[in-house]
Order: sequence, then C-alpha cells, then structure tokens
Amino acid sequence: MKKIVIGLAALALASAAGFAQAQEQKQLTMAVSIPAADHGWTGGVVYHAEREAKLLEERYPGLDIVVKTSPDGAAQANALEDLTAQGIDALVTLPHNSDELTDPIRQVKDSGVFVTVVDRALSDPTIQDLYVAGDNFGLGKHAGEYMKERMTEGGDIVIIRGLPIVIDEERQKGFDEGIAGSKLNVLDRQFGNWSRDDAFKVMQDYLAKYPKIDAVWAQDDDMVVGILEAIEQSGRSDIQFVVGGAGMKDMIKRVQDGDKMVPVDVLYPPAMIATAMDLTAAGLFDQNPVRGNYVLDATLVTQENAAEFYYPDSPF
Amino acid sequence: MSDAATTSATPPAPRREIDLRAVAPFVALAALLVFGALVNPNFLGIDNLTNVITRSAFIAVIAVGATFVISAGGLDLSVGSMAAFVAGTMILFLNAAPVEGGVPMIALAMLLALGVGALCGLANGLITTVGRIEPFIVTLGTMGIYRALTIWLAEGGSIAMASRDLRAAYRPVYFGDVFGVPIPVLVILAVAAIGAFVLYRTRFGRHVMAVGSNEDVARYSGIKVDRVRTITYVIQGLCVAIAVLVYVPRLGAATATTGLLWELQAITAVVIGGTALRGGVGRIWGTICGALILELVGNIMVLSDLVSEYLIGAVQGAIIIVAMLIQRSLARR
Repeated sequence: MKKIVIGLAALALASAAGFAQAQEQKQLTMAVSIPAADHGWTGGVVYHAEREAKLLEERYPGLDIVVKTSPDGAAQANALEDLTAQGIDALVTLPHNSDELTDPIRQVKDSGVFVTVVDRALSDPTIQDLYVAGDNFGLGKHAGEYMKERMTEGGDIVIIRGLPIVIDEERQKGFDEGIAGSKLNVLDRQFGNWSRDDAFKVMQDYLAKYPKIDAVWAQDDDMVVGILEAIEQSGRSDIQFVVGGAGMKDMIKRVQDGDKMVPVDVLYPPAMIATAMDLTAAGLFDQNPVRGNYVLDATLVTQENAAEFYYPDSPF
Repeated sequence: MSDAATTSATPPAPRREIDLRAVAPFVALAALLVFGALVNPNFLGIDNLTNVITRSAFIAVIAVGATFVISAGGLDLSVGSMAAFVAGTMILFLNAAPVEGGVPMIALAMLLALGVGALCGLANGLITTVGRIEPFIVTLGTMGIYRALTIWLAEGGSIAMASRDLRAAYRPVYFGDVFGVPIPVLVILAVAAIGAFVLYRTRFGRHVMAVGSNEDVARYSGIKVDRVRTITYVIQGLCVAIAVLVYVPRLGAATATTGLLWELQAITAVVIGGTALRGGVGRIWGTICGALILELVGNIMVLSDLVSEYLIGAVQGAIIIVAMLIQRSLARR
C-alpha cells in the first residue's frame, strides 16, 4: 500500500514536471542505434553520430540524444528493446543487417516512435518514416564513367571487390554500366574483403599475373592504401591511377594535394548518419516535412571540391 | 643427459614413422608448387615467390609461437587481436616521438612492442595456470579484450604512422633485402631456427613436450607444469611481437581489421605442419611449411583463371584438406 502511494506521488510529480516543461518547450528523446566501430567506415559513423549529437543538443535545448553502438545484429536488437523501454520519441538507426533487424525495428515503430533508417533499407520499407542512404550503384557508376572519360583510347584495368554482399554487387553493376561502350578491358576481379592487408596481397598477385595494368578500381579507400603500397614496392610505372570510394580523409587529402595516383574519389560518406539525425530533429521540432527517401549523391571528389569533404578530426 | 633421454623416451620402431611424418608437409608443399606452375607460368617467377614467402612471415612467425603453446597442450586464440594491439601501441609510441633520431626511436619502439607482446602472453599464461581456466576460454576472452583495446586506441578508425621520415626509415624492414633475400624471410628463418633449438635441444623444450603428452606424469617427474605452460604463452606473445615488427613497416598502420582471423591461420599452419592439436608433438619446420602452404594457396587462386571469385574459399578449403590427406597417407606407410 505504502509503495503504491509513493508510486502515485512520484507519477503525479513527474507528470506535473512534464506539463510544466511542455509549457516552455518540447522535451524529446532521440535514440541513435548504430554498429560498433569494427572497421574504418563504421568508425566514421560513430564519430559523426557523436559529433552531430552534440551539435543538435546545442541547437535544440529540449532534445536529449542517446547514442548506442552494438557489436552485432543480436546485440543491436537487444539495444533497441532497452532504448524503447526508456521511452523515446524518435529512433535513428543504421541496422547491422536488414533481415535480422526488420522485426525489432517494427516493434519500436509500433510503440509510436518516429523511425529513421540509414544506409541499409529494411526488408519491409513501410516501417521506416525516413530513409537516408548513399548511392552504391552511383558509386560504381561514377568511378566507371571517370575511367571511361580518362582512358578514351582504352586500357587494361583490374578490380578489387569488397565482400560478396548486396552493397558490393550494386557497386559492381554500377561500374559495369559506367564503363559500358568504352574500350576498357577488365582483366580480373577478386575479393579484397575491404581490408588493407588483403588488398595488398591481391594487388601483389595481380602485378605478378599481368605484365601491363593501366588502372585499378577498388571501390573502397581502405583497400586503396594496400594497393598503393603494393604498386610502390613493385616499382612498376605502367599503373596510371587508382580509384577508390567512400571518402576516407587520407584519400580526400591526396586528391586535394593533386596526387597523380589518386586523382579522384567517390563519396559514400559515413557522415550520412548526421544528415539523418539532422532531418529527424528538424521533423520533430520544426515540423518540417521529412518523411520519404533521401539518397545522398555519390559525388565525384576532384581537386576542386575536395576541401568540402575533408574532415581532419574524423578517424576515417 | 640430453640425447640419451630423448632416444630412450621414443622406442626405435615408431621412429621411422615419425621421420616420414616430418617430411610429409614438405611433400605437400612440393605438390602445391607443381600445381601452381601448371596453373600459371608466372607463378614460379622469382618476384612472385619472394612476394608470397615474404608476406607469409606474419603467420609463420606467430605459428612458431603457437607450436610451443599447442605442443604443451594449450591453445591461444588471442594472437590476431594481440598483433593488432601490439601494432597499435607501437605506432602510438612512434607518433609520440619521445626520443630524438629515427633509428634510436625505432629501436626503442621495437623493444616496447616486444615488451607489450610478452606481457600480453604472460597475462594469457597466468590466467590459464593460476586461474585454472581452459585456455580456449581465457584466450577467447583476451581476444575480445585486445581487439576492443585496439579499436578504443584508434577511436574507431586506424592508427597510422604520422611521420613520413620515420616511415621511410622503417619501411626497409619489410621491403628491404640482404643479398637478395627479403628481410622478413630472414626473420622467419631466424625465429624458426631459435624455436627449433629451444624446442628440440633444451631441457625446457623437452619439458614442453612432456607437459603436452601427459600433464600428470610430467608433474610427478618434478616438472613445474604451470611454469612451463606460462612460458609457452610468453614465447607466443614474443612471436606475435616479432611478427608485428615486420607488419608495421608494410602499411604503416594498425586498423580494426589488422590480424583478423590470424589465430585460425596460425593454428591451421601448426596442424598442417604435423603438430598434434592434443599436445606432446611439436614440429617447428613443419609449421613454417604449413604457413607457406596457406599463403601459396591464396596466391595460386588469384593467379589462376579457373575458378570464379565466388568459389575461391571452397577451393582453398579443398586444397588444405588434400594437403592434409597427402601428409596422413605418407605418415601411415
């Protein structure tokens, strides 16, 4: 009995406080659920999520942002339950994988939360109120088109792929469309697992296998680091340039500095998490219409516009 | 004391069998070389072969340490994460630049790496022996710890060597050579020679084997089992650190993917080399051979045009099994 009285009193107090604050300003909580930093790109996602959380909390004094990272899909499902139990008004999430997390996110949605999904679309797209993503197909296509324009006389190129998953397939398709109708000859495609070390090995093997290579496409800047090292070691001068992707700061810097081996980069920015948080907050507080799909361009970064995409403090 | 003890411990009849077993991994390696040459004539080029042997250095050196741990009946799953952690601390130290001059700086960083590696190994060993916990669980735990520490140090990104001069000064440790022999290859040979000497020619080495074949008998014979076990983990830690000394100059960075799955590759190399997973038998040179086989399989796959890039994993798996079958069939004869 005593407990119930205390409980009721606490409830009354809490609701009174809530009422008082609602009079002054909206008091809302946004949860951000993202994968833990297990490689460079996700490290960038964590950095930009935390950076944006600080900026948004300054801009909207009534906004409270909880950033939660999870090492795998199952852990993320648990984190989503915990976050919902705390009472949230909006969820911004970059799911580990679409199939596994569609149902947990559906449950969050059913409790009346505004759901923003980033990068990896859910199996059931009706759940997401807002979808923010990069353009994987465009990433491949722009890289391909650049190579086609640069090598009008044709040339021999090798490709280092990521991992056999949907993202990689889309990028490959885009690239093939980008170089369609050109005289470019694709010598080989192998997986480099989005890892510097594996890309180094594959590039060494390519160099042993082919006496002449004109250019390399790797669709990921982390792998470009290994590729450049392998080329330097071989001492060969037939390779004119390497095109990566994602927008790692070291590569953007090289583009900015006019490095001949890295003339361009194609964006697939981890900062898209910040775009998603920003849009979500704008919808919550300013009543701006934000529902829908928001696909970021896979912008071609050249020496002219590189400064715009250079984040010197980011880990990626 | 030395030779008499070993010969009396192994009766003459199975001795011939053991000799054949020791040769078996080399036969598998030779078969693989022939296969590679058939697949692509460039395979036998000096450049390609030195590339492959050079980059097998990390796994080979780590696997020498694993041979000690496994011979003593232990297991270490943390080596990949440990490599990333040691590489991370070493690069952070180089970036902090506490002393003047390139060479003394690198030498000091190398000493630090060896120290960190030995301490990581010591932690594994002490938790296993003092805590009386299965090494599988202990090193699974430290695997997570070392990996997470690396990611924390890197703040989720990568730890790269900041100074270009230092990088240029350190680079030859991976890319340089002495009379045409790449330095990492010399490192493999040196580590294996020292490892073989310690394992086959010293009292400690015989204690390792004794502990691995029967812990109770070893204890009753007056061997300090826990101490021997702990030292094998320290040796493993040192080997990881030596591998890191060669790894860091290659790409000049430690990332979250550094050393990923190296533990499995090291254990595979040890087993292909003829060391028994249950302990009591250790073959250092076989282990080196196993590491070469693993690296060659990957190389041959990229050089060949026979297989779709989606099926490479399956073919690699099949080649490893065939290599083991060749080895076993020789051993049975």
